Amino acid sequence: MTNMNILIVGVGGQGTVLASKILGSLFIERGLEVKVSEVHGMSQRGGSVITFVRAGENVASPLIETGGADVIISFELLEAQRYAAYLKKGGTLIVNTQKIDPMPVITGAAEYPEDVQDTISKLGMNAVYMDATALAVEAGSARAANVALLGAASKFIGGSAEEWEKAVLGCVPPKFAELNIRAFELGRNTK
Amino acid sequence: MSKKELMLGNAAAARGFWEAGCSFASSYPGTPSTEVTEFAADYPELYAEWAPNEKVALESAFGASLAGARSFAAMKHVGLNVAADPLFTMSYTGVNGGLAVVVADDPGMHSSQNEQDSRHYAVAAKLPMLEPADADECREFAAASLELSEKFDAPVLLRLTTRVAHSRSAVCLGERNEAAPGKYEKDPGKYVMMPANAKKRHVFVEERTAALSEYAENCALNRVVKGGKIGVIAAGIAFQYAREALGDAASYLKLGMVNPLPEKLIREFAASVDRLIVVEELDPVIETQVRAMGIACEGKELFTMLGEYTAAMIAEAVLGKKTCAAPVPPVPPRPPVLCPGCPHRGIFYVLSKLKLFVSGDIGCYTLGALPPLGALDTTLCMGGSVSGLHGWCKAAGKEASSRSVAVIGDSTFIHSGITGLINIVYNGSPATVLILDNSITGMTGHQQNPCTGLTLKNTPAPAVDLEGLCRAVGVKRVRTVDPFDLAAAEAALREETSADEPSVIIVKRPCALLKSEISKRRPPVVIDSEKCRRCRACMRIGCPAISFKKETGAVIDRTLCVGCGMCEQLCAFNAISDADGKEK
Repeated sequence: MTNMNILIVGVGGQGTVLASKILGSLFIERGLEVKVSEVHGMSQRGGSVITFVRAGENVASPLIETGGADVIISFELLEAQRYAAYLKKGGTLIVNTQKIDPMPVITGAAEYPEDVQDTISKLGMNAVYMDATALAVEAGSARAANVALLGAASKFIGGSAEEWEKAVLGCVPPKFAELNIRAFELGRNTK
Repeated sequence: MSKKELMLGNAAAARGFWEAGCSFASSYPGTPSTEVTEFAADYPELYAEWAPNEKVALESAFGASLAGARSFAAMKHVGLNVAADPLFTMSYTGVNGGLAVVVADDPGMHSSQNEQDSRHYAVAAKLPMLEPADADECREFAAASLELSEKFDAPVLLRLTTRVAHSRSAVCLGERNEAAPGKYEKDPGKYVMMPANAKKRHVFVEERTAALSEYAENCALNRVVKGGKIGVIAAGIAFQYAREALGDAASYLKLGMVNPLPEKLIREFAASVDRLIVVEELDPVIETQVRAMGIACEGKELFTMLGEYTAAMIAEAVLGKKTCAAPVPPVPPRPPVLCPGCPHRGIFYVLSKLKLFVSGDIGCYTLGALPPLGALDTTLCMGGSVSGLHGWCKAAGKEASSRSVAVIGDSTFIHSGITGLINIVYNGSPATVLILDNSITGMTGHQQNPCTGLTLKNTPAPAVDLEGLCRAVGVKRVRTVDPFDLAAAEAALREETSADEPSVIIVKRPCALLKSEISKRRPPVVIDSEKCRRCRACMRIGCPAISFKKETGAVIDRTLCVGCGMCEQLCAFNAISDADGKEK
């Protein structure tokens, strides 16, 4: 079996670390070797963040190389384009359509690209776009957008809903359990 | 079989210390080392504390070691510069209870001001250094460092790098082995490092290095992984990248102990392969020593001294394998920013408006250097803002002095800003120091410090009275302002910079991410696009929640806004106000 490589990208503070913990525990339960590499510290302060999750029989490096990701989960629209080159041929991008202006856009030094979906489609990459924030609000809190995105990604990563829900429950505080399960299901049912 | 758990490298190091019977830890937070001590504090048998700085931390760990406890101090690479003074002489005194110094390097500078390679310290201080390559080795090597420390009577350095410290992988959990406390015996010849004693101890240090080199030849920390005829010498994360890139095409001498090096083992390994390559991030520390042994190898002619490596980079350098990336058009960069509601934003807005020279320091507020605030002139090191401002004022003259300030956080001020302030008073410069007191150590993720009134274990502690402290060292002009009140902050700055004597402004407002502040948040504010005149005044504070659209003028993202109200103060047309409360 070849390794499964998942990239989680977004903006610092969006909850990418929880998503990587859930994936990590899912793969550990499957008896695979797992490596997850996170970003802490300064880059977390609203900057572009990238988390690598790798699982398989034998995983040496915690990093995923360009062209090596089976699935990229992007918490923000333009971040999907920033890291798209990491996608493996035949891989899938799961993209939250939420837009957060980076500071150079706020100051007027740059413009937010208007054609992210077009660009990705012209590159011949498979992508699923979803308003994960809206799904999370529907589930009970905008903060569960990360779990809604995982729900959508779960169909491409594989595994039963029960297996995934067990991993989610193991990583969120009990009082938010129901909310997160709802967010996961809404994400998983996204077309 | 023991239980396996997915753990962060830093958490696993804490686990290893705990399993080895460690009972004392003293550290100063610094990315990527912080969580070692945070996780250590979760074990009831392990006393753990935040010290005011790394030197105090290491000296405290030394004291605990003398008393017989197994102990550690953890810090980031630049923190070891601060603790270097005790480190070099502790090499001479040795230890009583085992003592480990965790030092976390940051190749790629994810969260650091330089990219120094702390392996040089092991060579220079003549100390053993271990370097784990994944989380389980973090656990194993942490425990081994305490045992080695006692066996060889030396503090042992445990070197981590960002990708080991902040990566999760499976860890085999062990039980705690309670260490019998070593008995302290008065021994001035060993512990009082005055010239006559130190001369004898230097002899011991050289003998110890010879013994450690011998030990390195056969210890389980260093191992050979047999494969093809390409021979790779690597340690830590570089070993993982090489293994990923070269697989079975290469044989590996995987070093767990990176100082001192096992010369015979290296010589034998070199003889068993056709091509010998040293793969190490940053400086050619191992390569230089291998070459000095008279062994031919490749190293930095293939690889850079800058930043982090990847498996692809190694595959290309060694095998000539090229990877081609999809031609994705570039997007605007997304640098880190001050959070919405950050109290630092207000003071940087005013500093930028007054066009003052700003001597900066290390912390979240370093981000005040970025556009549109662009308020900082310098950032050097912990505490450097205050002492730097003193020299600037002395040399730049009276007029320039009256247009200059230093900015430093509460934790950083206690770390090493206070000595600079004493110098300002003692040697008389008319400097104005701003202590940005946000009631927490922010950048590293909310650690308590001597100003916050709580310890690492969350027990109450006396809080330093910053105003009283500044007055006690002789500053007569000390005042406190709220950075959310832009007019008051500006008035205070104008007055204090024009005073012809030292002054301190304590800019006080807790970090917007503290739980206590989150519960006090006002609802997000909104911009009335009818009233907005498109003047962009509100854009000057660089708040990530405010963006500008040609059609609608300035817009506030409700999901990001925390209702701090700073932008309301900048709008001359009253276009910004609280939402009507209907929306939730």
